[in-house]
Amino acid sequence: MRDMFRGVGAVFYKEVLHVRRDAGTLFFSLTMPLLQMFLLGFAIDTNIRQINTVVYNADDRRESRELLDRLKNSDTFHVIRYVENDHDLNDMIIAGKARVGIKIPVDYSDRLLHNMSAQVLVLIDGSDSSVAGQAINVTNAIGLDESLRRVLQDRATFAVDMRPKLLFNPDSRSPNFFLPGLTAIMLLNVTTFLTAFSIVREKERGTLEQLFVTPVQPFGLLLGKLLPYLGIGFFELCLILFFMRYVFLVPIHGNVVLLFALSLPYLFAALSLGILISSKASSQAEAMQLAFLPILPSVFFSGYIFPRETIPAILYPLSYLIPATYFINITRGIILRGAGIKHLWTDGLALCVLGTLLLVIAARRFRNKVIMA
Amino acid sequence: MPSSPQNPADASICAEHLVRRFGKFTAVNDVSFRVEKGEIFGFLGPNGSGKTTVIKMLTGLLPLSSGAARVEGLDVRVDSEVVRERIGYMSQNYSLYQDLTVAENLQFYGRIYSLDPARLKRRIEEIVQLNGLAPYMNRLSAQLSGGWKQRLALGCAMLHEPKLLFLDEPTAGIDPVARRQLWDLLFELSGHGITFFVTTHYMDEAERCSHVAYIYYGKIIADGTPNSLRELPDVQPLGTIRVEITTPEVTRALRFARQIPGIRSATIFGQSIHALMDDHLDLHDLREQLLKNGIAVAEIRPLAPSLEDVFVELTNKHQAILEAANA
Repeated sequence: MRDMFRGVGAVFYKEVLHVRRDAGTLFFSLTMPLLQMFLLGFAIDTNIRQINTVVYNADDRRESRELLDRLKNSDTFHVIRYVENDHDLNDMIIAGKARVGIKIPVDYSDRLLHNMSAQVLVLIDGSDSSVAGQAINVTNAIGLDESLRRVLQDRATFAVDMRPKLLFNPDSRSPNFFLPGLTAIMLLNVTTFLTAFSIVREKERGTLEQLFVTPVQPFGLLLGKLLPYLGIGFFELCLILFFMRYVFLVPIHGNVVLLFALSLPYLFAALSLGILISSKASSQAEAMQLAFLPILPSVFFSGYIFPRETIPAILYPLSYLIPATYFINITRGIILRGAGIKHLWTDGLALCVLGTLLLVIAARRFRNKVIMA
Repeated sequence: MPSSPQNPADASICAEHLVRRFGKFTAVNDVSFRVEKGEIFGFLGPNGSGKTTVIKMLTGLLPLSSGAARVEGLDVRVDSEVVRERIGYMSQNYSLYQDLTVAENLQFYGRIYSLDPARLKRRIEEIVQLNGLAPYMNRLSAQLSGGWKQRLALGCAMLHEPKLLFLDEPTAGIDPVARRQLWDLLFELSGHGITFFVTTHYMDEAERCSHVAYIYYGKIIADGTPNSLRELPDVQPLGTIRVEITTPEVTRALRFARQIPGIRSATIFGQSIHALMDDHLDLHDLREQLLKNGIAVAEIRPLAPSLEDVFVELTNKHQAILEAANA
């Protein structure tokens, strides 16, 4: 057993020296995620507010102005201009200056006074689906509300009163949604890149070839290389959690120790991906390109930005093969929902299985493609 | 125990009918040779002829397709792990860690071979003494010149006191003085009973080896001491002599010499031409013929074949055999 891991200590010693000597790379790889955190945490807000709106009010009497006031007060619409004809209304949307155009016809007030249905035209720019969805929902809701008030004459309460309550992220803060997911993506990013680079660099230099003629065993070599980057991954996790908690004020409801424990199999999976990449790439530039391969599906199919429910049915099973899927559920679970091991053990188990599988595949491929080449 | 020279356990390397195939391509084709202990064995051949593949097979990195090999008395097919403990290997282009200091590189390789701290300390002192690395211990190896890098690499490869060292093109790309110094070091170590397996493209280095073999398209086409190779019938066929023609007009002389009947081959060497010719051709006549054609001749004298001549002749002969086989 000891023989299988022969050389771990020596390789670990050397790898730590490399990392220390190349402090620039380390600093860069640790601060990049923080930079992304600041971008996503401060600059991006997924809540849609103040959509630029253009209005053509052909009626322009009290009823029509009341309707417009209600739309404006919803915080969803921001009226940037009033126009006097259909043509200008269309133009503003085509030019991209406004995303929503509202036209109130000449007979709006008259029809309401005669208890007839009054129509309001809402033109919505469909090129951004989330903005369009929000505009449709809010205008529909206001229309319905307006109609009910006219029918009920303010005298009765609604028969059914829906009271939605947002759990875990009551203020719908974007950092709360983004940052736990970002943690998973960043850990993957940093550890995969660093491992792949450290091996490919030795391939380029020819030092790897030299090592194979020594008594170092493949597992010893790989483990000695992985351990320092595992340490860096853990440090990175601490850093991200610290900033998340104290700069972005995302409350951590669950057990941090559990989060660290469950990040272990995830990091192993990420490091194994790094080895896989290094077994394919023959130069650092090639490794750089290949390292994006696992990143893209991890961003798009893991539920990090887009809910997994939106993935097409054919690709859905793919999301089960992505380690980030499980780890994002774990980070969001522990940080936002206060979940414990009894809620997350399946994710933890899945990560262990994936991590072991990847490590075995990587070690085998490394043996066949790199050592025996 | 009585030892016969044919006992494979006595040799440092004993390769018997080594074959290595990659798919349909046979990189090493029935290669056999023997390296005695304490020899400096020069393994020569053009690029892509199978030198590195043979080294990989002998060090247990590549399984043999067929054949057998014993290194330091151990079967590489069975005991490749133990083989790696007993040999040292230094690859071409100084495979050192450039961002580590000289001392750290030595430390690392010492740990790789699991030397205990006391022995490692003693070995580092010995090697530093032998290779003269003392002034550079705390310098990054990237900052060393080519010759010093090679000395460090050699030091790393012999920390664990191997009896056999593989040096893959150890002097590629270093200056002549450093090359000479490295060879002096090899001779000194060889004097201590260490066996060297050296690949090189430099003929002057091949001449320094006590035993050379030449591999061509996966087959060994020459094997022996440099002197025995010079006397091979293929190199010096019966009834031929080798001469050196010194002339200021080498290119013109070469063109002309190749047309003279009786001259079998001719090549330029600096300010002279080396020619292999039938011995009935008179040196005096040759001189006259050249002079008559307006080619000034300083000197014509008989010449022993150099190793380069040997390999060129053998390569040509095997090239012809290969082409005949393909036709």
